[in-house]
Amino acid sequence: MADEELTEQTAEEAVAEEASAAPERELPEQAVLAAIVEPHESATWQIADDEWVVMVSAGEYHSLAAAALVNGFATFIDLCGVDYFRARPRFEVVLTLLNYDDPMRLRVRVGVDGDEPVVPSVTDVYPGANFYERETYDLFGIDFSGHPDLTRILMPDDWEGYPLRKDYAVGSVPIQFKDAHKVQ
Amino acid sequence: MSDKDTTEEQQDAAVAVEETPAVDAPMERGEAGRRRLHEMWVAGTEERADVRHFTDEGAQELLGDEGPDVLAIQRGTVVEDDYEFDDSVDAEERQIINMGPQHPSTHGVLRLQIELEGETVRRVKPIIGYLHTGMEKTGETLTWLQGPTNVTRMDYLSPFHNELAFSLAVEKLLGVDIPERGQVIRILMTELNRVSSHLLWIATQGMDIGAISMMIYGWRERELVLDFFEKVTGLRMNHNYIRPGGVAADLPDGWEDDIEMLLRKVPEGVAEYREILDENPIFLDRTYGVGVITPAECRAYGVTGPAARASGIDFDLRKAFPYSGIDKYEFEVPLGKHGDVLDRYHVRIAEIDQSLGIVRQILETMPAGDYRTADRKVTPPPRKRIDESMEALIHHFKIFTSGFQVPAGEAWQSVESPRGELGVYVVSAGGARPWRVHVRGPSFAHVQALPVAMTDSLIADAVATLASLDPVLGDVDR
Repeated sequence: MADEELTEQTAEEAVAEEASAAPERELPEQAVLAAIVEPHESATWQIADDEWVVMVSAGEYHSLAAAALVNGFATFIDLCGVDYFRARPRFEVVLTLLNYDDPMRLRVRVGVDGDEPVVPSVTDVYPGANFYERETYDLFGIDFSGHPDLTRILMPDDWEGYPLRKDYAVGSVPIQFKDAHKVQ
Repeated sequence: MSDKDTTEEQQDAAVAVEETPAVDAPMERGEAGRRRLHEMWVAGTEERADVRHFTDEGAQELLGDEGPDVLAIQRGTVVEDDYEFDDSVDAEERQIINMGPQHPSTHGVLRLQIELEGETVRRVKPIIGYLHTGMEKTGETLTWLQGPTNVTRMDYLSPFHNELAFSLAVEKLLGVDIPERGQVIRILMTELNRVSSHLLWIATQGMDIGAISMMIYGWRERELVLDFFEKVTGLRMNHNYIRPGGVAADLPDGWEDDIEMLLRKVPEGVAEYREILDENPIFLDRTYGVGVITPAECRAYGVTGPAARASGIDFDLRKAFPYSGIDKYEFEVPLGKHGDVLDRYHVRIAEIDQSLGIVRQILETMPAGDYRTADRKVTPPPRKRIDESMEALIHHFKIFTSGFQVPAGEAWQSVESPRGELGVYVVSAGGARPWRVHVRGPSFAHVQALPVAMTDSLIADAVATLASLDPVLGDVDR
């Protein structure tokens, strides 16, 4: 009897310990950054002098961008892609935001894998992302789901391949110089 | 912090974002003067009253009582390529015209698909890419030291800012410190570049709205500044002067005299422009309340620099994130109020004065010392050493052929270019060449914001609006 009680107690304690351990995720000291990061389980962060860098999964990227807007990062600055090629995840989408009122920069890095990677579009949160997402699609072939007009922007419409991918060679165009054979 | 607090804070923040003050109606300012001009120039030639209702207020009507569908199209979040005529509008009243890519006032090869109803612009779609040469891909094949040669050709009207942003980003990864004199030379050149770029803007803006003489005057003073650039760097444009590790060479002897000449002649020229334009009724009529962008639109679309400050956003990267010791100098951030073309003109004129003020302070306090870092990993040995030492010669050769290695990592650096926030994002894999170079050009965001500024205004104002945002297509297409 006593033994049984003891085991039950230990089990209860263990459950309680687990419950208390789970929410004890370390959060950044800065209240604004904590408010952005806290609801997103996959988010990790780094802090430098004048910028915060947040890494997040593609699934939580859109809601994190929305949280950033609510927490003062109202100015859309930049969105670009990076191809890390042999690393996993292969691609990364980098969103840069700015807070005018309390000057601080926020960089959101989203890792995404596969030959036809998909990331949710943030054009409904930041209308300015429109052209930038088109550029990233054009040059990296990253599909932004929910984008209203995902077409090529810099390259011709009938272009094949995505030029800024690492497996896309720089290439060359042969040029025929006039009277080249006479030069010896 | 409890959950409740967080939600309350978020709600507060949301309210703060929404409560961005709207831009004042341009008509409120100088009503009497406006009426006088109107009587002098326009009375008797008015358009129909119903057209005036749409057009005279400019694009600030954008977020008015249109439905969400129309709003989405105006914002550019929904783009309709295949145009279908509205039932309510007679087919003859709407037409699509293409402005560019070879139009003289599109500042490069930009194409605007404009849908007109009479003379009123209803929809605009900017089409870019005509100048795309894959410079970001090229950047991955050049060494870190060759990088400035590449980026300086992007925004070709402010080459020093491109070079500075790239060099600062690389130096962030390298962790090298630049001697004070090198930093001050960088500030001197970039601020003079701001002057020359704004002078060119006044020239082209004037020409685009009919003040042809401004074109000649603007180029005249700009040429003086470019002569100084040529003396220092050897080239009028595309200098490759600011490099990772410092600058390419020290200032030439007698540079103080040239700067004094510039500080004397450029303000004289600017005073002349103000005499031509400030009270000019045609100029005022073509710029007053034209091409309005509200502060909220500036934030959403990433409109930065003088265009954002003309809308009343008090933000300058030189104040908020000072680089290269620019915070040592005293200068003011001129602000506009209405976000129209006229305010952008006033802001840029005031910025010329402020930049010349910084140059004057530099002239008085230029420190002595080295113009590039002494870190031999980055900087080649001095010229004299090369004459006496074989190792120094090899060292010099290796730096300029193989380049130097930069620790792996990623860095973002932005500087306040004459057009706005110019950001460079570099990723290094630890090699002698960048893994990725991305340049965030201010013009790219400005071209994207054109529909916001142009919609529901007159077609004649389209050119004035386009010119006032000062896009450089080399920076847009890269």
